[in-house]
Amino acid sequence: MGRIGKKFESLRTKNEKALIVYLTAGDPSLDATKKLILGLEKSGVDILEIGVPFSDPTADGPVIQAASQRALKTGTTLKSVLNLVADIRRVSEIPIVLFGYFNPIFAYGVEPFAKAAKQAGVDGVLVVDLPPEEAPELRIHTDAADLDFISLVAPTTGKERLKNILKSATGFLYYISITGVTGTAAPKTTDIAREVGKIRKLTKMPVAVGFGISNAAQAKEIGAIADGIVIGSAVVKLIDENRNSGDLTEIVCEYVKNIKKSLV
Amino acid sequence: MTDALGGAKIYLKREDLNHTGSHKINNTLGQALLARRMGKKKVIAETGAGQHGVATATVAALFGMECKIFMGEEDIRRQEPNVFRMKILGAEVVPVKSGTATLKDAMNEAMRYWVGSVRDTFYIIGTTAGPHPYPVMVRNFQSVIGLEIKKQIHKTEGRNPDVLVACVGGGSNAMGTFYAFRNEKKVAMFGVEAAGLGMNTKEHSASINGGKVGVLHGNKTYLLQDENGQVRDAYSIAAGLDYPGVGPEHAYFAATKRATYVTVTDEEAVEAFSFLSRQEGIIPALESSHAIAHAMKIAPTMKKNKIIVVCLSGRGDKDAQTIIETM
Repeated sequence: MGRIGKKFESLRTKNEKALIVYLTAGDPSLDATKKLILGLEKSGVDILEIGVPFSDPTADGPVIQAASQRALKTGTTLKSVLNLVADIRRVSEIPIVLFGYFNPIFAYGVEPFAKAAKQAGVDGVLVVDLPPEEAPELRIHTDAADLDFISLVAPTTGKERLKNILKSATGFLYYISITGVTGTAAPKTTDIAREVGKIRKLTKMPVAVGFGISNAAQAKEIGAIADGIVIGSAVVKLIDENRNSGDLTEIVCEYVKNIKKSLV
Repeated sequence: MTDALGGAKIYLKREDLNHTGSHKINNTLGQALLARRMGKKKVIAETGAGQHGVATATVAALFGMECKIFMGEEDIRRQEPNVFRMKILGAEVVPVKSGTATLKDAMNEAMRYWVGSVRDTFYIIGTTAGPHPYPVMVRNFQSVIGLEIKKQIHKTEGRNPDVLVACVGGGSNAMGTFYAFRNEKKVAMFGVEAAGLGMNTKEHSASINGGKVGVLHGNKTYLLQDENGQVRDAYSIAAGLDYPGVGPEHAYFAATKRATYVTVTDEEAVEAFSFLSRQEGIIPALESSHAIAHAMKIAPTMKKNKIIVVCLSGRGDKDAQTIIETM
């Protein structure tokens, strides 16, 4: 079992829920991302999703789109993100998921990517625009490298498709809490409870919920239903608003600590 | 035109005479009927030159559907007449500011909107790109172009043409032109990509001639991109051609050499625009002018008994502003 599986197991025994935080690598700089990540770990973040910036992030709302553009302008590439992960691995055992789009991975080369990601210390990959039908092209290499392949399930995913996705999903299942792109609406807890209930009947895999959670109250409500919650746009927005502040890391960590309190 | 060029006999497939002024209506009618059958009351579309936007707004008006058109701000500026037409037809034109504010960004934004509205909204994609089944569906609806060419040329000349020429952005009019002839090995097919300011610059839209294999908008195809897999901005004087990808079936035709993909610069396209306007009294769209320009290159090198059919995919009234700016 990898770092992701172990983390969910240890949280389960403590009766805690996972706090998963997304941030875009290279926004405002790779150095800042590193400081943020190490601070976030100390602030109680259980799993990190590191966004690899892409020119055409079709699954993302305006906040993460803008962050990707800024990160690309500072010269962030898949290669520099892998170097960042390797750097973090020297001092941290926090589970890391690379979150992004397929073309940068394809351009890097799927096999070299899987090997380099494993070597850098990546635990899982989440490729939003690679549907299960097309995933084998990447998975033959990421499975071989023992990287988790995190799969998305949406409110519009039908039962048959869900079953298909569950056959091959590893690590945890990411349930998208809204019918929409990242950070563009507030999730409805009753709908999520119903859908997560359906998923639970079919799998014992941990279920994390994200795409619209931005405060401690939402985190508490949804944390009661799921095994973990993902916060992305809210953190990215906070980073952007405080990009020039000397206290950037402290401000973001304070916000995250408050969320974590609602999950223990 | 044939006489002036002094070579092969040139026929124009007049898609510009369609209602709304281009081939785009062939596809929007088909998809709107599908949307109706699926019980969707709202439609959305992306548009570059505005031709697909106008064709979508038209079918939406006809079928009483709510309609939103996503269009890059830069394209809104350079294709103003089509923006007015969409508004007159009752559509809402949503300006897209992200990226280069052109066709690719309009498609990104339409997809994002669709993800949140898919339960009651049908996305009418205008070209042979996008996720499956769009490339196949759009090709099928546009294949009427080639079927009509076949029927008409057999009636007039009693045989197949020797050469087909069509412009390629995403590739809907070209795929529509080629598809009925794909198994007729003696018919040569030329897809004309936009070389913009030149293939030795980065200012072009020639995905097949200047790109590498990649994945964008749910399909794997030739893509303009940098070495890190970031999609590069496409450029062409023709708003309907500046898309960094190309329909995957064109990528297949290119890889199997069934069709030949060539390039034409802005300058050559503008020259062809003027040539056809003055020679025949037909003002072609700047997109279609790329195909005309290639026909002008090859016709004089061919014997008089050879036949070229050029797909004149759209009319050029919408381009008056752009042409005035270049003159």
